[in-house]
This record gives sequence, structure tokens and C-alpha cells, in this order.
Amino acid sequence: MGAVVGTLTMQTKQRRRPSRDKTDEELEMATVCHRPEGLDQLEAQTNFTKQELQILYRGFKNECPSGVVDEETFKHIYAQFFPHGDASMYAHYLFNAFDSTNNGSIKFKDFVVGLSTLLRGTLREKLEWTFYLYDINRDGYINREEMTEIVRAIYDMMGKYTYPALKGDVAQQHVDAFFRKMDKNKDGVVTLEEFVIACQEDETMMNSMQLFENVM
Amino acid sequence: MAAGVATWLPFARAAAVGWLPLARKTMPKPPVDKTSRSDEILYVNVSGVRFQTWKNTLDRYPETLLGSSEKEFFYNEDTQEFFFDRDPEMFRHILNFYRTGKLHYPRNECIQAFDEELAFYGIVPEIIGDCCMEEYRDRKKENQERLAEDTEANEGMDTPLPPDSTSRERLWRAFENPHTSTMALVFYYVTGFFIAVSVTANVVETVPCRPLKGTVKDLPCGEKFQLAFFCLDTACVLIFTFEYLMRFFAAPSRGKFVRSVMSVIDVVAIMPYYIGLVMPENEDVSGAFVTLRVFRVFRIFKFSRHSAGLRILGYTLKSCASELGFLLFSLTMAIIIFATVMFYAEKGTKGSSFTSIPASFWYTIVTMTTLGYGDMVPNTIAGKIFGSICSLSGVLVIALPVPVIVSNFSRIYHQNQRADKMRAQQKVRMARIRLAKKATVNAFLQYKDDRSLGDRDSDSTALIAVKNRSAFEHQHNHLLHCLEKTTNHEFTSEMNYSELCMTESVGCRTSRSTSLSSQQAAPNSNSSGCCPRRARRRAAMRLANSTVSVSRGSIQELDTLHIKTTSIPPQTRSSLNAQTHDFLKPNCGEPDFSAAIISIPTPPANSPDESLPPSPIPIPGILRNTRATAYIQDSVKISSL
Repeated sequence: MGAVVGTLTMQTKQRRRPSRDKTDEELEMATVCHRPEGLDQLEAQTNFTKQELQILYRGFKNECPSGVVDEETFKHIYAQFFPHGDASMYAHYLFNAFDSTNNGSIKFKDFVVGLSTLLRGTLREKLEWTFYLYDINRDGYINREEMTEIVRAIYDMMGKYTYPALKGDVAQQHVDAFFRKMDKNKDGVVTLEEFVIACQEDETMMNSMQLFENVM
Repeated sequence: MAAGVATWLPFARAAAVGWLPLARKTMPKPPVDKTSRSDEILYVNVSGVRFQTWKNTLDRYPETLLGSSEKEFFYNEDTQEFFFDRDPEMFRHILNFYRTGKLHYPRNECIQAFDEELAFYGIVPEIIGDCCMEEYRDRKKENQERLAEDTEANEGMDTPLPPDSTSRERLWRAFENPHTSTMALVFYYVTGFFIAVSVTANVVETVPCRPLKGTVKDLPCGEKFQLAFFCLDTACVLIFTFEYLMRFFAAPSRGKFVRSVMSVIDVVAIMPYYIGLVMPENEDVSGAFVTLRVFRVFRIFKFSRHSAGLRILGYTLKSCASELGFLLFSLTMAIIIFATVMFYAEKGTKGSSFTSIPASFWYTIVTMTTLGYGDMVPNTIAGKIFGSICSLSGVLVIALPVPVIVSNFSRIYHQNQRADKMRAQQKVRMARIRLAKKATVNAFLQYKDDRSLGDRDSDSTALIAVKNRSAFEHQHNHLLHCLEKTTNHEFTSEMNYSELCMTESVGCRTSRSTSLSSQQAAPNSNSSGCCPRRARRRAAMRLANSTVSVSRGSIQELDTLHIKTTSIPPQTRSSLNAQTHDFLKPNCGEPDFSAAIISIPTPPANSPDESLPPSPIPIPGILRNTRATAYIQDSVKISSL
């Protein structure tokens, strides 16, 4: 008898709750669903043509119907490209590099602006973007710790099974080499100007940059 | 990788710019993408329903039909679209898969139809999304089980035995399927009757009868009419023993038979009698003997051969073994717990019946199953409280596994019902198939007639009949004809074949003399196989009686025209029964096909169709049967006048 009464009361309680929840959810959903600016505006802001923007948006919208990518999704997507290792750290830094407004989600505008810089931008813009990526705390300088983080994240993506096998301090060596090349005044940090000049002097890098022109 | 991820690939590649400053070597050249960058809309027409989609959407899954170059085969230049002659409803789901990356299973569609569509479009069913995967798997398994049952039912029981089975096989078949022969049915009912009699006798034995004259005490009937009961028992045991021995002899695998449940029951049912015979009239031993007589009640289990329901029940219990085990285990736990509690609760009271924990077991069981005999009742308050908790929990624990067992029983029972329905349906279906086969065979024969007819003269009606046949039929018939030419054997009808096999006993003496121009040469001596002799005789008989129109009905009038008297070399008959006759050979202008035979117009009682089922399967069978080396050179043509 008691059980019967108990179940009945439970049911009524449940019926009352959803109405309150719905309004909360609606608000949540309203904020999450995002629409980009008009096609013309985006065309003006980026170096893509209208058709390219259309194709890009269709793919983006298919993947993220709500119009934004949050960090978890981004990490998940990036992890699928690098199944051997752990891409989460690098994805995190990459996410932050794309998320210009720093609100924890990439909108289509961020996405397409970033792509435009990387694919259709000038050399300077690309280098600036890379500097922005490396400068984790956005203070205008790359110090050793930041660089070590980045390098370690990249090596993490390789995974365990590499040839030759990854030794413990390989990241550190890489960072040292980088600083030797980039840090002209040996003050322990790399500024944007140092970075740009050093990269322009690096022939290997310039050659590689050329190759990335037509990825899209 | 999922389609969606492909969208992000250019993004990831672009982001690789971030590695460049760290790289010590030059990056490799990227692959050149020759495909045009602009996306185009493709039109896909599925049975009139037009779908439009981006080319990129379809390109996401290059290992499927729509994503690969295979779709080029379906491209229609005139309408500039891809045309598929398939179900548009199903195509909707397929296309959604491309669009969203998730394949859903529509619940209202037949699982096989869905599977076929997936197979056509080159999509592996394993990628069905989690939301629909369970449903899909369940239905697929159900369907497979059903098909397996049907094939089993087909191959099993009701197919007639091959004619060359041994008596042992026939006996086994009679035991397993009583409806195959009347003898078996009679035996089945007799054993059933004797089982009932034996069980009744066992029961009545113990009923008290009026005492003998001179004594006061009531006697059980078993002791009063000892001789009568003994004779009855002997008779029953004799029958059971006989049955068991016959089954043992007939069983194809004796070891398996001995280990089977029914055989164990049989043995246990008849053993007590024999042991009783052997045992001496000893006081000590007879106690044990009495216990043994209890096993006579097992005879009632022999009824399970006669009742499908009992078998289903047994099978259900077997398949629910885990649930029953769980029930037993949980009950045991609960019994022990409550018995202990009750014992200690009632320990203090004077004269309590809860003398020990095992004694409390009885109380607990009686309470948990809500029997409540009342021979043991708690007296203390604590005892009563725990007693009520015990009865409540008993109801719960027993009620839990019961629905599982019930649903199992229901499923098995319905399966069984379905098997019976399928069997009935199969009979109808087989009959229909046989009719269809015969129709095609006769169509072939008709075709041959018409061809020859067309060659010879221009009977307009026949020619029209020829034209009305579809191109497909023509080609099919031509194919069969080529096969005949290849093998040098001819098609004949099933009826004819079976007639041949059966008329051996008819032993008709041919009046060869009566047959005109009968080119029945002495049949091949090296004929072997089913009925070479019969074939001979049959042919002879046929010659004697004018037979038959080769093909149906309207061809009668054609028969008269088919008497060819071209060269008639001595015909060697093939040993194949089928061969013997009666085809109207088209006049192919080949010298080896010959002459008709004119038979005396004695009553053409029979007009069997003389064609074998054209399916290739019987032909190899027939060919296998014969060791004949001579091939038919001519055929015997018999036409009715």
C-alpha cells in the first residue's frame, strides 16, 4: 500500500519538474545556437571567395549544427587525425589560437578567419599567427616554458611507437635548438620581431611555407 | 574516418603551419588535388523520385556505390542524372546516411529488404548508429532463427524417404514420425494406451479394497488381486521392452540414442520390474525393492513422446536453467537468513516448535511460498514481525524470475506453432512450385513442337502461338535445346519417368510385332540405373499402345504431322528412362535424329507429359545413374493418331 502511494507521488513530482527545466533549457539553447555574419561581410574579412565560403560553411554546419565548436569537440576531432598519440594538449593550444574572442568556443567566423590567415595570408600574417599560437599566455613573449609545452604537445601526438624511439629529453633538445636559432639577443625570451626575422632567414622554413599554399 | 572529420581535414592541414618553425627539415610536398574545387549538385533518380545532393556529400564514403565510380554505370546521359531502379523509400535512409554520417534502421521495414538495399549500395550494416543497432540486431537474429527453423522443417520429417533406404532407416523414420505410415500410427497409439494402463494400474494398486473374507483389515487392491496386477504389469513391461529394443535397433546412432533423455526414461521405467524378478524374496532387500517400485511412475514421462506440449515444457525448463538457478539460489539464501532469525527470535519461548535452525527451514519455506500450514507459528512479537517480513519478501523473490520463464515458454510455444504452420504452408508451396515447373517443361516441349512445325509447314495458328511467346521464353527454350544437343539426351516429363519406374512390375509383354516400324532396337544391355529394363518394357508397351501426345492439349493435331520416315537406323536406346520417348523432335536436319513411330491407335488412355523437369539438377542425377555408353541416336516418337 505504501509502495503504491509512493510511486504515485513520485510521478506527480516528476511531472512538475519538466516545466521549469524547459525554460532553462530554452535559454541555454538560445545562447548556444549561433549564426555567422552575412556572406558578404565574411568575404570582406577573409581572402576566400563566396563559393569557398559556402563550401566551408556547409561542412562546418553539418558537423556542428549549433554553429559553434567547443573545446571537447575540437579535441575529439583533432584526435581522430592523430590516432597514434595523444593530441589533446596540442588541440588545446590550437583551440586557443583559433578562439580569438576567448570565450571557449570557435564560431564559424573564427574558423574561417583563421583558415584565411593560414592559407591565403601573407607571410607576415602566417608568422604572426604561429607566434600567437606559441605564446600561450599572450604576453607578447615566448619563453622557454611555453615552448617546451608546445614541443612536448607535438611530440605527444607522435605516440609511443616511433623510429627512432623517443628518448626522454628529446623535447628539451628541440627547444634548445629552437631558442638558439630564434633568440638573437639571448635574453631567454623570443619576441615577435626576433621570431619573424629568424624565420625569414630560415631557408627550410621558407621552402615549406610555399608548399602549404594550396591546401584548400 | 567519419565523413564529418573529413570536413576538418583542410583545417588540420592548415594548422600544420604552426609546426613549421620547429621543423628542422623541409616539409614534404603536399598531394596535388586535381579534382575541381567547385561543388556541384548531382541528381539521383530512384524509381521516379528525384533526389538532389552535393557531390561532396556522396564523396564522403568512397567505398560505397554512390561514393565511388561505380555510380557511373547508372548514369543516364539523356536526362543527366543517375537512375536507380530501387525502392525510393529505402533510398531516403541511405542518402541520410551520407548526409549525417549515421545510418538508421527504419523499424517498419522488413529486415531482409533493408539488408538487400544496403548490400546493393555497398554499405556495411555494422555502421548502423547506436540508436538503431540493437533493434537491427534483434530483428536480424530473429529472422535468421526463423529461416533456420524453416530449412530444418523442410529437410526433416515430411520428405519422403529415398526409395533405397534400408529397413532400419524406415523403422527409425516410423518411430520418429508416426504419421508417415499406418503401422507406425497404430504402434504409436498402442504404446500410448499401454502407458496409460500401466500408470493407472500403479495408482489403483494402492487403493484400499474390501478386505478378504475372514479378515477385518482393509487391503490395498494390489495385494488382493496380486496375480492380476502382476500379469498386467508383465504385459506392459513386455511391450515397453519390445519398443525399446526396436528403437535401439533402428537408431542411426546408437550411442547418441542410449544417452538421450527419452531412452533413459524408458530404461528407468522398465528396470524395476526386471530387478524385482531377479531379486530374491528377502526381507532386507525387499525394502529397497519397494523404493525401486517408485520409479515405475516414470512411465508417465513416456507420454512426452506423444505430447508436444510436454516436450515444450521440458525444453523451456532446460532453456531457463539460469533463471531457475537464480531463483533457487536466492530462495536458499533467504531461507537460511530467515530461519536463523526466527530461531533466535523464538528461542526463549517455552514449547516452541522452532527447535533448531534446520527445523525453522520448514517454517520459512512454508511462509515464503505463502502456504502457511500453521503447524509452526511464532509466539513472540519479534518472531511475528520477522515472520511477516519473511512472507512479504517471499512473494517478491518468487515473483521476479517467473516472468522470464513465462516469456521463454511463450516464445518456444509460438515457435512450435509456427513450425506447424510453416509445414502446412510448405506443402501448398511445393505443390505450386511443382506445377510451375511442369508448366515450364511443357512450354519447352511445346516450343520444340512449334519449331518443327514452323519448319515444316505454315500452320498459322501454331505460328501465332510461337510469336506470342516472349523473347525471353524463346531464348530460354533455345538454351534448353542446346543442352539437349550437348548431352545427347532429351527432356522428358516427370510423370513419364515415374511411370517407367513403376511399370516394371506391370511386366507388359511387348508385342513388338504389332508396332510398326518400331525402331526399338534391343535396348542397350549396358543400361543401368533406375529402370532400364522398365524403360524398355515401357517403351515397348508404349509402342503397343499408341500413346501420347507429347505436349499438351492442342498439339494433338500436330502429332499426326510428325511422323517422319526419314532414315531409320537402328535405334539404340539410351539407358536413361527418360530417354525412351516420345518427343517430337524438331526437324533439325540432322541425320541422327529420326523417325517417328507410328503406333497402333489403341486407346491412348494416358497422355502423360513426357518431359523431365527441365531444371539441370535432375539431369546430372540421371546421367549419374546410368552407366550407359550408348547415347540416344534417335528417339522413339510415338504419336497419337
